[in-house]
Amino acid sequence: MADCVVSIAEFRSGNFRRVSFEVASEARKVADALNLPLYGIAVGSGVSDKAVELGYYGVDKVFVADDPALEHYVPEIYVPVVASLIEQWNPAAVLLPASVDGKDLSARLAARLQTGLAQDCIQVVCEDGVIKAKRPIFAGKCLAWCEWAEGALPMISCRPNVMDCKAADATRQAQVEKVTATLPESRSRALGVELDTTGKVELTEAEIIVSGGRGMKAAENFAILEALAKELGAAVGASRAAVDAGWRPHSDQVGQTGKVVNPNLYIAVGISGAIQHLAGMGSSKYIVAINKDPEAPIFTKADYGIVEDLFKFIPAFTEEVRKLKSTC
Amino acid sequence: MNIVVLLKQTPDTESVIRIAPDGQSIVTQDLKWIINPYDEFAVEAALRLKEKHGGTVTIVSWGPQRVVESIRTALAMGADKGILLEDDALDGGDSLGVARALAAIVQGLQPDIVLCGSRAVDYDLAQRGPMVAELLGWPHLGLAVSLESDGSSVTIERPIEGGKVTLQATLPALVTMGGSHAVWNPRYASLPGIMKAKKKPLEMKKLADLGLSAEECGSQAAKIRIVSLEMPPERKPGRIIDDGLDTEGKAAALVKALHEEAKVI
Repeated sequence: MADCVVSIAEFRSGNFRRVSFEVASEARKVADALNLPLYGIAVGSGVSDKAVELGYYGVDKVFVADDPALEHYVPEIYVPVVASLIEQWNPAAVLLPASVDGKDLSARLAARLQTGLAQDCIQVVCEDGVIKAKRPIFAGKCLAWCEWAEGALPMISCRPNVMDCKAADATRQAQVEKVTATLPESRSRALGVELDTTGKVELTEAEIIVSGGRGMKAAENFAILEALAKELGAAVGASRAAVDAGWRPHSDQVGQTGKVVNPNLYIAVGISGAIQHLAGMGSSKYIVAINKDPEAPIFTKADYGIVEDLFKFIPAFTEEVRKLKSTC
Repeated sequence: MNIVVLLKQTPDTESVIRIAPDGQSIVTQDLKWIINPYDEFAVEAALRLKEKHGGTVTIVSWGPQRVVESIRTALAMGADKGILLEDDALDGGDSLGVARALAAIVQGLQPDIVLCGSRAVDYDLAQRGPMVAELLGWPHLGLAVSLESDGSSVTIERPIEGGKVTLQATLPALVTMGGSHAVWNPRYASLPGIMKAKKKPLEMKKLADLGLSAEECGSQAAKIRIVSLEMPPERKPGRIIDDGLDTEGKAAALVKALHEEAKVI
């Protein structure tokens, strides 16, 4: 019989990343369905002081590995630390963030624990004691339900921004237990981190995205999208055409060979809507397309379409957003 | 430098995906097959390492006969030899099963460095590299958007949410590639390259050649499987905001719709 459900948190620069709370909330549901306690794992440098926060989202007991050597995610070091905890238990499932680091950790951890991993899941269900997870394949062109073989530990990474996050309940106190992790000899290390301090919103976590494509015509023209994004508090994305043209960095690319995004609002500007781009943004809650070509395929996916020259429309739209924001 | 690239063949990213009658797999007839774009970046990075340090680039892949075409493409780009693991016993295996077989091939080749894509554009599991590294007991560095090596260590840049990390490992190590076509700009296979590729060695292997069995890598070993596929919900048809309005009028109408109907701004 399983003795717990496990939720792994992600800690960076002194704070848990929000996805950690989404994962804890989802893991709580699984634990409730199985009538099991929820154990949290928090690894990092300076994480002890914050560990109690995981309790607010449903974790019963948090196991903390706090060490300056764990400041940055290095798989060779993190995996043994996390695995040695899990190996002491008999979990019914392990859930963790499908963030950049989480996806990497989960894969190596699954090999260490000799089990199957459902990566980047958008839904987890537990019926009659059986856990199933749904994940997009082909960048969302299709959805796959996964199940585990008898006796295999379900390992599930959860896509950020998709699963419901409980409201924090600060009265819910988790038990916190510090563990003294024996750090392995490592042949790899982090040399340094550069964090973007401009307050830029990360695409995979953005509520609103303004994306530009071939129709933007030049790198400098993205300034009008930046201005709109600033008014909306949005992130700026780009189609593959715009990235290949060198107008935007690869980290901005949305699509099957870029990032798969799921904001509340996706504004596609001067993007025709190639199938690989549609795959990357098709799960956005609302889609707006602005294109002067009324035949552009993007209009078949858009909730609202505007057939206009973007260079005239975007400044007018930005002005209208500004007016709205000044009245609310 | 002895370099290995783990290469997967995937459907072209322009492909329309249809669910097969079994409800658990996709229709593969009529698909155009390509080198997984992230693995193509790995081929390019491998060739650049070879140009700097000398040595050989070995392409390792698995799957049916059609994969030979993708290996030949990598050979035409400049890789030296190929190995294809073609064994029906792998059918129904999961990532871990495939990783076991790939790790066994890598072990036999004793490379200094292994490169592969950070993910494949088909099942998007992002597991192959980290799993192979774990099975080999090697360090791995993931999602490289730059790669430098002095011959005894490898240094990469890894983008993370809101920034980037620089990571280093001593060799032998495994690196998975991130970035985009714009970052890696993989070279095309030249006509002379294509001619030469036809004569380059391509070895076919079975699980038994690796000392492995279906029980360790195939469907019986699988810890996870796809039980059903479904298409994403169809989007309801939207509307074009026009009503004979001028630019400013349309802008105001769109803001109103997003604020009052959709309630997203």
